[in-house]
Amino acid sequence: MDQPLWVPIFQTLVVFVYFLLVTAVLIWAERRVVARMQHRVGPNRVGPFGALQTLVDGAKMFFKEDPTPGMVNNPVYTIAPLVGVIAGFLSIAVIPLGFDVTLFGETFPLVVADLNVGVLWILAMGSIHVYSVFLAGWSSNSPYPLLGGIRSSAQMVSYEIAQGLAVASVVVYAGSLRISDIIAGQQTSTLIEGMPGWYAIPLFPAFLVFVIGMVAEAGRPPFDLAEAEGELVGGFHTEYSGMRFGMFMLAEFMNVVTMSAIVVTLFLGGPNGPTFGLPDAIAWVLPILWFSLKMIGFIFFFILLRGALPRYRYDRLMSLGWKVLIPIALVWVLVTAGFVLLAEEGIATTVRLVLAGAAGLLVLALLVTAGPARLAGASDRPKRAPIPTPAPDRAPASRHVERDREEVAP
Amino acid sequence: MTAHDLVFVIVGLVTAVSAILVVTSRHLMHAALYLALTLTGIGGVFLVLGAGFIALVQVVVYVGAVAVLFLFGLMLTRAPIGREALDSQNRGLGLAVAGALFVLLAALIIPAFGGESTAEVTGPTIEAIGIAIFADWVLPFEVLSMLLLAALIGAILLARREAGESGTEAEVTRIEMGEALADEPDRHEAVGTSAPAGELGAGGGR
Repeated sequence: MDQPLWVPIFQTLVVFVYFLLVTAVLIWAERRVVARMQHRVGPNRVGPFGALQTLVDGAKMFFKEDPTPGMVNNPVYTIAPLVGVIAGFLSIAVIPLGFDVTLFGETFPLVVADLNVGVLWILAMGSIHVYSVFLAGWSSNSPYPLLGGIRSSAQMVSYEIAQGLAVASVVVYAGSLRISDIIAGQQTSTLIEGMPGWYAIPLFPAFLVFVIGMVAEAGRPPFDLAEAEGELVGGFHTEYSGMRFGMFMLAEFMNVVTMSAIVVTLFLGGPNGPTFGLPDAIAWVLPILWFSLKMIGFIFFFILLRGALPRYRYDRLMSLGWKVLIPIALVWVLVTAGFVLLAEEGIATTVRLVLAGAAGLLVLALLVTAGPARLAGASDRPKRAPIPTPAPDRAPASRHVERDREEVAP
Repeated sequence: MTAHDLVFVIVGLVTAVSAILVVTSRHLMHAALYLALTLTGIGGVFLVLGAGFIALVQVVVYVGAVAVLFLFGLMLTRAPIGREALDSQNRGLGLAVAGALFVLLAALIIPAFGGESTAEVTGPTIEAIGIAIFADWVLPFEVLSMLLLAALIGAILLARREAGESGTEAEVTRIEMGEALADEPDRHEAVGTSAPAGELGAGGGR
């Protein structure tokens, strides 16, 4: 705590400016890449390759008229976009960009705060983000935003469970909730000599669940049911305009960056990477580079998903989350816990590997057999027997059912 | 008064004021939002007291799950949402009970802990909390889980019966019989999933 005041300020500024810059680049890159995938040109007028388009759009948002519709519920309507942006900003506070950096005689890590409960912090901020969407939908006091808000918060709450369980297996495996411990645990592999010990490998099912969950959590295609423009106009932000709409957009793109950073930190070793034996004076740049490269990879994955996949249907989204992802994540938490216990008992590595491999195959088999059948929905199942005659006291209801059946019969 | 005390006072005041607003607000939705703010404030109090783990668990569980479910419940059921809908006509009784509870707790806590010096608190480690819950207190923990499960099942039952009494007959009949028409994959799939999600799914599929 004997650091001069500029160190924490510098840490905070560097991290936030870094993530804001990445967000700005992401918005531009997304438009260019998706345009290329759709045989269009994309923004190419402002700056080299249109790279300054985001800046110009942001300025436009600021100067646009921002009317407040008469029927909205203020101040909730005003607060909702702020909650989203604040939660998005706060959740990156625990993610380190790199390792210790020495500047002007002070050595400090490139992270805002290395909390001893860093993982929980991320989850807590994610659950606060739900409020933004939900309150925006409700306070707009209009049907489409309400539908969008309820849809998206149900989606986020459901996928938070799967994601939380995936994170739980990381925590169990690493034995700590502190992000720097989790990164240190991925430095070298305990199973195979000389390999990076990325948790994505031993915890592959959890990694898979987390990646699917993060797309849903960020509300990105193919899981962007909240703002399905074909069905809900704009979803929860239909009534917003000007900079308040801009804040929702910012929060969404921030979420993509944050989620990519989190998955890289928890599963792909964060800033870990080879240093090539460079002197310390230059070597501190490399972790930042590795982190950025991994994160950009995931951001690119998000963009490709948007360009490649059609929107998921809502009920299937829910059954994917509840019937496939949560069971897999839950099973893998148990497998991980058993693995860690065996390691503590001192059972030989090969035995543990075989057991873990068997458990993995089991999960895979479950996924292959049960997954598609459950996901495919009722249309692929054998037709059910007709509804039995309802009890007499339900007479009005039964008439209704009969009529329904006649309608569908031809 | 140190800066630490000042932060504690501010967080405590926000919590207390929003707790009062929960019961005095005449708008059901606003009351629920104040409840979320109160729960966040309690998390803040834990944080100021040096219990970061409990603070964040408080936020994740109560703000992120319980309060959100409250809001869901308000929207998905036909609970009266409006300005005049929220007055149980029991203000005097409520005030008396709350006041008596306050006096009782104050009378217990102040003599018990009033004289103790406020040393620097180092909260228990996460390992210690985990071992305490899952070794020493595992039976109460499990009993509590069963209680929550029972509450969950009860809530589903109540919600279904409530829907049966209201207007949407066709859907309700299917839900109660656990059946759906095979030709309507949307609705059937929806009924199969959880109750709130199911209603949404049916709504979205139409």
